[in-house]
Amino acid sequence: MSNTASTTLAFFPFDTATNTGEKVVQMLMALLLFAAVMGVILFFAGRFGGRRGDKVVAYLYLLPAILLLAVGLVYPGLRTIYQSFFDAAGTAFIGLDNYGTIFTDNDQLRVLGNTVIWVAITPFVATAIGLIYAILVDKSRYESFAKALIFLPVSISFVAAAVIWKFVYEYRPDQGNVKQIGLVNQIIVWLGGKPQQLLIESPLNTFLLIIVLIWVQAGFAMTILSAAIKAIPDDIIEAARLDGVSAWSMFRQITLPSVRPTVVVVLTTIGIATLKVFDIVRTMTGGQFKTSVVANEFYSQTFRADNQGLGAALAVLLFILVIPIVWYNVRTLRQSEAS
Amino acid sequence: MSTATPVTTSAPLKAERPSAAKIARKRLSSPWASLAAIVLAVLWTLPTFGLLVSSFRPERQIKTTGWWTFFSDPTTTWDNYRGVFGEEGGVNLAGFFVNSLVICIPAVLIPMTIAALSAYAFAWINFPGRNILFLAIFALQIVPLQVTLIPLLEIFVNIKLTGTFWTLWISHATFALPLAIYLLHNFMREIPAGLIEAARVDGAGHVSIFFKVMLPLLTPALAAFGIFQFLWVWNDLLVALVFAGGGDEVAPITLQLANLSGTRGTAWQLLSAGAFVSIIVPVTVFLLLQRYFVRGLLAGSVKG
Repeated sequence: MSNTASTTLAFFPFDTATNTGEKVVQMLMALLLFAAVMGVILFFAGRFGGRRGDKVVAYLYLLPAILLLAVGLVYPGLRTIYQSFFDAAGTAFIGLDNYGTIFTDNDQLRVLGNTVIWVAITPFVATAIGLIYAILVDKSRYESFAKALIFLPVSISFVAAAVIWKFVYEYRPDQGNVKQIGLVNQIIVWLGGKPQQLLIESPLNTFLLIIVLIWVQAGFAMTILSAAIKAIPDDIIEAARLDGVSAWSMFRQITLPSVRPTVVVVLTTIGIATLKVFDIVRTMTGGQFKTSVVANEFYSQTFRADNQGLGAALAVLLFILVIPIVWYNVRTLRQSEAS
Repeated sequence: MSTATPVTTSAPLKAERPSAAKIARKRLSSPWASLAAIVLAVLWTLPTFGLLVSSFRPERQIKTTGWWTFFSDPTTTWDNYRGVFGEEGGVNLAGFFVNSLVICIPAVLIPMTIAALSAYAFAWINFPGRNILFLAIFALQIVPLQVTLIPLLEIFVNIKLTGTFWTLWISHATFALPLAIYLLHNFMREIPAGLIEAARVDGAGHVSIFFKVMLPLLTPALAAFGIFQFLWVWNDLLVALVFAGGGDEVAPITLQLANLSGTRGTAWQLLSAGAFVSIIVPVTVFLLLQRYFVRGLLAGSVKG
């Protein structure tokens, strides 16, 4: 598109930038353009003084956000719901057939089943590990270092996490002098077993992918739960200690009830993230070998299989599945605020 | 949503009084507790460590022996890192690295600015429809990206923006708004009303109050959101795949790493170095600004 533009000085800000210079210039132009738009809004807002002008100022301040949200979020969302009632090409109305496919087709049922397995395991294991670790390292000498080790995976991309774990699961054929380079298979060999094609064997592979998400999310759980543990009032702990409460009942009767609302938030948050898991599955198996989940199937159906209708229905399903989790989260928060 | 949980990110200074967890740990007989913590820490670090060690080993060794043999036969090389910067042909991550930065900067600044203005309006100006609008934007937080991607792509095709950074800037900015507005609004509400009233009595309008009173106080919240959004955009795969999947010109480094893993899944000399090139920025941001990052994380956990 920009072959001619890039050789001349006439560089249009809405073309595809092809070299570093052009990219940076385009970014600066975009930022300038944005600043100019904001400047115009603020200029007009500045002309409305007094309490009566307040309304106008408010709407001017909200204008860019509402415009973007309407065009980029609300309209597309409604359009996708509409599209989910149409066929693969998006032309013929087929009612609820796409949803029917999701709940009857064997491949789609496996996708749903896998998603259920992911959501049933990941939030609970990640939260449990996060909570245990937060308690173990609380107020120890190396607390911040110990926490950083577990927390680091939270900051990297799911793609990088997937690459790291693909290496852990790497398989080399079981022949004479071929050595394993993946840690898991090497451990299997050391223990006297035969190396396995870990990412190909179903249903084992789904569990191995789940471990990757647990690895990432445990750090998130640990950080938030650790903050909640530190917020438990000292006098409660002191009183329990003077009563000679055992460690287990300290945990059961003081720590756990105190952090319960936070545990719910962490569980639901990881639950939502798990429902939407896509990057890990796509990078590690591409959804092959019976590992696909709803978010990955949405992508495959829409862009690989060119089945827009089914893709849209899967996206809507994702939306529907998120709602009860959020509802439960909000309800628990309300209750804990009221008490 | 999780902003509503009471959370302190810094440890209380007085340490003489033991916490519940500390007592629990003590009673659980300390050596075992320490051992469990160490085992977990090692388990969590080992996968990354193995790939990091591998990224400095010669290609032949990576492919024929496990990374743990490095300790009995330590040979190091920079070849893998030279490899991913195109010196030996095929792969050059430099351009994608630049793309990621070019995508991230506007994708953080634009929603931050727009959200700060909206949050101000919601927090400090009375206007008809305020509550219902705020509730609507709050609710939009739970909309999964997947629901919006295809129609948005169609819009970009119609206005001929496909294959440009604009698609990524606009979509990332839009997706960030519900969270950003909610987060900044909560923060602004905590600023004493007296400050704003006093400024109004002095004759200041909403524009100068926003810049002179609000913005300086807002810095920690802006930093928290900014870091969260930066990492989110840098680490994103889905949005990049949909809008920048067609050409290398605008693809971010995460997308390129994913492609590399798909097409050259056994080229561990490239994948190991590539992975570490792609995570160097988020890890640096994380190490330097951990406190703000945690705050952003606490607030933004429902996004996506």
